[in-house]
Order: sequence, then structure tokens, then C-alpha cells
Amino acid sequence: MHELSIACDLVEIAENAARNANAQSVATVHLKLGVFAGVVKEALLFGYDTATQGTLLEGSRLEIEDVPLVVYCSACQQESQLPSVQSFQCPICGQPVTEIRHGKELEITSMEIIEHANQTA
Amino acid sequence: MQTRLLEIRQGVLSKNDELAEALRLRFVRAGVFTLNLVSSPGAGKTTLLERTISMLTELGYKSAALVGDLETDNDGRRLAATGIPVKQIQTAGMCHLEAQMIEDFVSDWDLSMFDFLFIENVGNLVCPSSYDLGEAMRVVLLSTTEGEDKPLKYPPMFNSSDVAIITKIDLAEAVEFDRQAAIDNLLSVHPGIPIFEVSAKKDIGMDAWLDFLACRYEEWITTVMIAAGE
Repeated sequence: MHELSIACDLVEIAENAARNANAQSVATVHLKLGVFAGVVKEALLFGYDTATQGTLLEGSRLEIEDVPLVVYCSACQQESQLPSVQSFQCPICGQPVTEIRHGKELEITSMEIIEHANQTA
Repeated sequence: MQTRLLEIRQGVLSKNDELAEALRLRFVRAGVFTLNLVSSPGAGKTTLLERTISMLTELGYKSAALVGDLETDNDGRRLAATGIPVKQIQTAGMCHLEAQMIEDFVSDWDLSMFDFLFIENVGNLVCPSSYDLGEAMRVVLLSTTEGEDKPLKYPPMFNSSDVAIITKIDLAEAVEFDRQAAIDNLLSVHPGIPIFEVSAKKDIGMDAWLDFLACRYEEWITTVMIAAGE
């Protein structure tokens, strides 16, 4: 269960970015999470609530976009989505595939910050 | 009060990844081939390492080891008995090793003294897969006593590893281990992964593993030296 430590890293990055942007608080954090990132979504969401306590992110929402496993097949030279993470076989030509193009993402893409009321845009 | 969208695009583990890259460069400069050993608890990492290190020492290679465990320094003490420098990393509950810990623990070692650095990760098939430690080779162990479907249960770990070792092969028959199914499962989640079947205790299959390891080291060090000469 490393999701809490991942949530802590996530909060640290987001809080630094929020401070640099002179935010009062954070409303939402958007995260891309690959199915092959080795992270359990529910555990991460649970860890997020704990990790955000006492930070600019307290009370914010973590919006997770699931990223499917996409591989590149060198035999048929095409990218395709794998229906199962247990079988690395090109769904088009049936050859074994080793090159992962998507699915390992664990990346903050953006966040919605709340700016100070007296701040002019 | 107004809200604003802030673009970030930053990997959550980017700090660890950057640190791991810096470590990798340091290992290359020192000419030390670094292995990260991962498996579930009790798969036999320490026993495999004891035997591997002893055999490498006999062949004239110099090794060092870092051992990660939640608690106790038992494994560290076992490996230290092989006569090589060993440090135990007690993670105090943390389920994996991170690049920062490796950097802290190798800081007072002259890495250029060694040919091999073994990192025995915390026994866990989930969490360590996300953390690059700067290793040149990730080795995953699967013991016959765990059952042949482990690769299907933990695909990211088996996929991210460079080599798979089936351990405790001497017990295969007693626990009705389906050898072919295990190999099929490994190849299903990681096509082409080199697989070794060993018993470190009964000295079965160890020569093939050592040949492979020495061969990979020689290839690696040649590339490193050519790059350094350029």
C-alpha cells in the first residue's frame, strides 16, 4: 500500500504549484492514471483525503482520468489498446508486444485554484 | 473569489525518477552494475543473493549489497556473512525502497571498488514496481511455493523486470508446481523475458544464472568503457 506515499508526493507538487500561482486554495486536481501504473485508484483517493489535511488542498477533489494500456506492435507497426493487462499480444496480428506507449501514467495535468479576492487578474 | 485553471503536467514520481537517473549515471561512472531484486516476501531473495554473491566472489568479482526490510537486520546479517560490504535499510513500515534511500546509503561507499551492487528490495510485488532505483537490471523472483499464477496477478512488476527467476525449483514436485504454466504466464505479461529456474539451496540451475549475469556485466562494462573513451 504505497498510495498514501504517492498521495503525499502528489499533494507536495500541487501545493507548491498553488503557492507559486499565489492561490488561496485548491478546488480540484486533475490526474492521469494509467491502468498499468501499479496504483489502486480507490486507495489513492482515500490517501488523498488524508494527505491534503492542513494544506492548501484540504477539501479539494481529486479527479482521476483512467488511461488504458496502449502498446505499439513492431510487426504490424500499429498502436492498439490491449484488452487485458495479462496478455501482451497484439490484438491485430497476434504477435507478442513489448513496447508500452500509454498506461503507466501517474501525472498531474492541471488544477483549479481559487485566487485571493483582492487579486486582480 | 474566482477560480482559475492551472496547467501543470508533472509526473507525481518525477522527483524519484530524476534522482534515479542521477544514480544511474553515478553507477555507470563508477562501473558498478546495479541490480534491483524484487519478489513477494519469502520468495528467496536473500538465499539467492547469498549464493550468487559467493559464486561471483569465487570468479573474482567484487560485490556490495543494500538490503531493504520493514524491520529487523536479519537479512543484512546473513548477507554480511558472505564477506562483502552490506548495509541494511530499515524502512520502518514503508513498503518499498526509493531512490533517495539508495543515495543516502551509498553516500560513504567508494562505488568504483565494486563490480556489482545488489539491492534487495522490500518483499512486495506491487509498490516497488513504481520506483526506479537507478538499477541496470531489475530481477523478479517467483518461488514454486507461491503458485504459477503470480505473473497474472501482478503484471506491472513482472512486465517492468528484465529477468525472471523461478526459485525453490527443488520443491516444484512436492508442491505440484506447474512449470510450463508459470513460464507461459511470465511470457504472457512479458514476452521474451529471460527465465531461470534455480534452487540456491540445492545448487540447481545456479551456473546458468551466473553465466548470464557475468555475460550481461561484461557487455555492460564494455559499453560503459567505450562510452567513457569517446
